[in-house]
Amino acid sequence: MHGPDEKLTRLEALAQEAADAVTPGVQVAEGVERADVDAVNRREERSLYKKRARIHPKRAYGTFRQLKWLIMAVTLGIYYVTPWLRWDRGAGPDQAVLLDLPHRKFYFFFVEIWPQEIYLLTGVLIISALALFLFTSLFGRVWCGYSCPQTVWTDLFIAVERFIEGDRNARIRLDKMPWNASKLSKKVTKHLIWLVIAVLTGGAWVFYFRDAPTLLGELVTLQAPMAAVAFIGIFTFTTYSLGGLMREQVCIYMCPWPRIQGAMFDEDSLLVTYRERRGEPRAAHKKGESWENRGDCIRCRQCVAVCPMGIDIRDGPQLECIHCALCIDACNEVMAKIGRPPNLIGYETFRNLEAANSGRYAPVRFFRPRVIVYSVLIAALALLMVYALFTRDTLSLSILRDRNPLYVTLSDGSVRNGYTLKIINRKHEPRFFRIDASGMAGSKLVVMGLREPEIDVSADDIRSVKVFISGPSPAGGKQALTIAVTDTQDGRTASEATTFRGPE
Amino acid sequence: MAATERDEISGQATTGHEWDGIKELDNPLPRWWLMIMYACIVWSVVYWVLYPAWPLVSGYTKGVFGYSSRAELAADIAAANDARKIFADRIAEADMATIQADPKLMEFALAGGKSAFGDNCAGCHGSAAQGGKGYPNLSDDDWLWGGSLEAIQATIKYGIRSGHDETRESEMPAFGRDDLLEKEQITQVAQYALSLSGKATDAVAVNRGAPIYAEQCVDCHGKKGEGNREFGAPSLADAIWLFGNDPKSVEAIVTNSRKGVMPHWQGRLPDTTIKQLAIFIHALGGGE
Repeated sequence: MHGPDEKLTRLEALAQEAADAVTPGVQVAEGVERADVDAVNRREERSLYKKRARIHPKRAYGTFRQLKWLIMAVTLGIYYVTPWLRWDRGAGPDQAVLLDLPHRKFYFFFVEIWPQEIYLLTGVLIISALALFLFTSLFGRVWCGYSCPQTVWTDLFIAVERFIEGDRNARIRLDKMPWNASKLSKKVTKHLIWLVIAVLTGGAWVFYFRDAPTLLGELVTLQAPMAAVAFIGIFTFTTYSLGGLMREQVCIYMCPWPRIQGAMFDEDSLLVTYRERRGEPRAAHKKGESWENRGDCIRCRQCVAVCPMGIDIRDGPQLECIHCALCIDACNEVMAKIGRPPNLIGYETFRNLEAANSGRYAPVRFFRPRVIVYSVLIAALALLMVYALFTRDTLSLSILRDRNPLYVTLSDGSVRNGYTLKIINRKHEPRFFRIDASGMAGSKLVVMGLREPEIDVSADDIRSVKVFISGPSPAGGKQALTIAVTDTQDGRTASEATTFRGPE
Repeated sequence: MAATERDEISGQATTGHEWDGIKELDNPLPRWWLMIMYACIVWSVVYWVLYPAWPLVSGYTKGVFGYSSRAELAADIAAANDARKIFADRIAEADMATIQADPKLMEFALAGGKSAFGDNCAGCHGSAAQGGKGYPNLSDDDWLWGGSLEAIQATIKYGIRSGHDETRESEMPAFGRDDLLEKEQITQVAQYALSLSGKATDAVAVNRGAPIYAEQCVDCHGKKGEGNREFGAPSLADAIWLFGNDPKSVEAIVTNSRKGVMPHWQGRLPDTTIKQLAIFIHALGGGE
């Protein structure tokens, strides 16, 4: 696709762009001024030896900016509000979403996950991963562009920066000017607000692990556990440094996802694309000039100015692009001003780009093998999980046979074995169980410390009891045996097979 | 000295080192790496001031906080004891029946008993109280000196043949060593003793041993060999034999006598711990 000539044109274009960059404030079309901006993170400019060049993204206005505000509000809202939702489950904590690590139990609205059911969490993680694959093959890096925490918090931090220091040009001026009281107060205010956001982010995180109102009280009165304070500290640090200071570098250098995602696109994925065929040859446009025999790109560089990654979308697909679509908004605004149709930059598939070269139109194919495979896998897994969730028993029993000693010989020559029973009651009410042994003639069962083999297990609890079974010494030193617990009210029963041992 | 050599491609200076034509670039250290190194240096200086750090000729620098891991451990132990105090006090006051009736106290007593058993008793009686030859199994239903809670507590407290003022003592005569019985008689009485639990191998010897048993053994071991807990005389009629139930082992005991020693724990363990131990042992399955 790229012959030597193309390479040359590309170099020429780059040279032209570089020349543009040093002559700011040029009118490139009626009412459109060229942005004084350089795509600092373009691969050609990003030598490993080079110091990071600061990016001052300009505010974009348009559909995608609106959508990003909305998604930011929803995702941050979910993150901050969730731990405060209450859920009355009768017994146990009344927090809707709670990861109760000390008691090894996870609460999620009406679902309670015991350690034995951790596969449900694994399932959720697998479904999330598959969903990420599905959306990536359909719409490219929408996760990166809209809902990745790195993107959301960076966006929030940039919004704060813009609120305090002004938009792009004002910020550049501020950074260049010598330190004075006004600059100092602006910078200090910005960093303070960032820190507050960072602390609140870490603060919200810990509420997922402990009753939120209680923990808030403990934090206010400085009684909070060390772990909570430490985690708030860690998250304050990471939020502040990743979202506030490092920003695009996290995506470019630290995150593995951009490297993986290249393998998940195909020619039908909708990616943020500069429609080169329509835009080239790019040139400034004079009033009244014809749009024939030229491209729609007027080299205003607004797409570069709004880019939070410091790249030029017109260079084609690149790892640094998080597909946040802000360049689409910026370009559409300009297109409207100069009276050209919108979407010179837009969501586009490789297939349609190819088709357009021969004057055809290729509609987006949503039903393709990989999309179908991902969807079927997600649906199957989701069904399986729902099935597992709703058919799980409210009672379960596990038996640990004593191995030390293996058996005890009693004075009348009979043999006694010890078993530890763990009875799990997943109902939200206390239950009463009878314990029986079956499958062995002459066996006698005694629960340690109790007269009758009947015990209560409190709501949502696990109870461990020691049970002794004695009986005649089994022939061959071994005999099969089944121990069962039965709910004395609803008759539900759980049993497990074990063995009874004696001298060989 | 030659002028600094610059690499053509990267424009970086070289260090001047060369190995087989390969030269080392003098690249600057990554900034994040440097920052972490400086932070570590600052951290360590602060640490030296606050915490124990430098060894001196005798002793070491104590640091402003005066921290010591030994003191921290002592504080932790004290805190743990404080936390246990509510239960420990109740255990100390309550009688055994009260403890057994209260699930919470019982749980505490069993847990405490288990750990104390592992520390103090497992050496002889085994990690699961299963005993061994000469060391009674505490989880069966055969007790030399009684298996009630009170009897177990007394045994732990005062020991057996332990030298404690309150200890219980008894001794079986060494019938062979002290020439009280002939060798043949010993074989016969041993056979009779074994016959009480149906393990005899020589019917003639059993018959001859019967009068010897009636004369020499019956006072302590009882008419039917049921034993007597007052003297710690074991039952000879059951399936449990501390030193083995083959004729040879029994003859050896009649000849030389055996007497185990159990140390007394009063004064070595707190009374509360002894109580917990008694409850734990009683609950192992054989308690009466």
